[in-house]
Amino acid sequence: MDLVTLIVAHADPPSSVTPEQAAVLRLCANPLSVAEVSAYLQLPFSVVTVLLTEMLATELVHARAPIVRQKIPDRSLLEAVMHGLQRL
Amino acid sequence: MDFNGSDTIPGPRTEDHLPQSTQAAAKIVIVGGFGVGKTTMVGSVSEIRPLTTEETMTEAGIGVDDNYGSDTKTATTVAMDFGRIRITEQLVLYLFGTPGQERFWFLWNGLFEGALGAVVLLDTRRLEVSFDVMGRLEERGVPFVVAVNTFPDGPRYSVEDLRAALDLPPEVPIVECDARRRASSRDVLMTLMRFLHSLALSGSLT
Repeated sequence: MDLVTLIVAHADPPSSVTPEQAAVLRLCANPLSVAEVSAYLQLPFSVVTVLLTEMLATELVHARAPIVRQKIPDRSLLEAVMHGLQRL
Repeated sequence: MDFNGSDTIPGPRTEDHLPQSTQAAAKIVIVGGFGVGKTTMVGSVSEIRPLTTEETMTEAGIGVDDNYGSDTKTATTVAMDFGRIRITEQLVLYLFGTPGQERFWFLWNGLFEGALGAVVLLDTRRLEVSFDVMGRLEERGVPFVVAVNTFPDGPRYSVEDLRAALDLPPEVPIVECDARRRASSRDVLMTLMRFLHSLALSGSLT
């Protein structure tokens, strides 16, 4: 799990979740990075990773894999980022 | 944290919600010595109020000699500020500012892993901090650009002098910036993206 793996709550989670899990589900109604989950819950990254790995295994949440550096950078990705930055 | 009160855990503001269409995130790391302006830079370009994540490392993990055979390990918490920029409806970019003590940066497994690239933010008052960092980025194959945050009381060097002092190859961009200004920080990120783009072009030719 990466700092910028995006976590999304499953559409209809069961009611029998722990308070920690309930907090994650509320936070991740919209996609949210693991780093942000860690920040809002004020828990260290590795602790959040354990919590989220459990929730992935029980399908309470989904994960969207990050874009990682390639040996040869992806030009269309870089062009999209440059375009996005120009709008800032 | 008391999770029984989880209704009260703050989350992103409604206007900060990423759309459901967001498919993936990429990250960039801003490295630099203590007080050089990393947090300032993250804050000036981020669309969200900068947040802080942290990781706990034990003494064993940070390479300090153990306490004469004692089993007690001291935990060190490393905090990192980060911000976020929405690029498209599908893509979001995260910017991480490394903590002050550089010996910890490379022990946070996964921080540099996968990062598109890095910005080495430089303070001309303390150039020596940067040597080790740039060497380690090179070792890990993380492309980087150098940005000089201009402090009014810092010595001024020409780009050529800095390049020589830092022993940087001619292709690595060096730019001046004012980390407090969004446009200036954005230009640093653009410089990094253009540099990566040039690597993509030259890489595809070989």
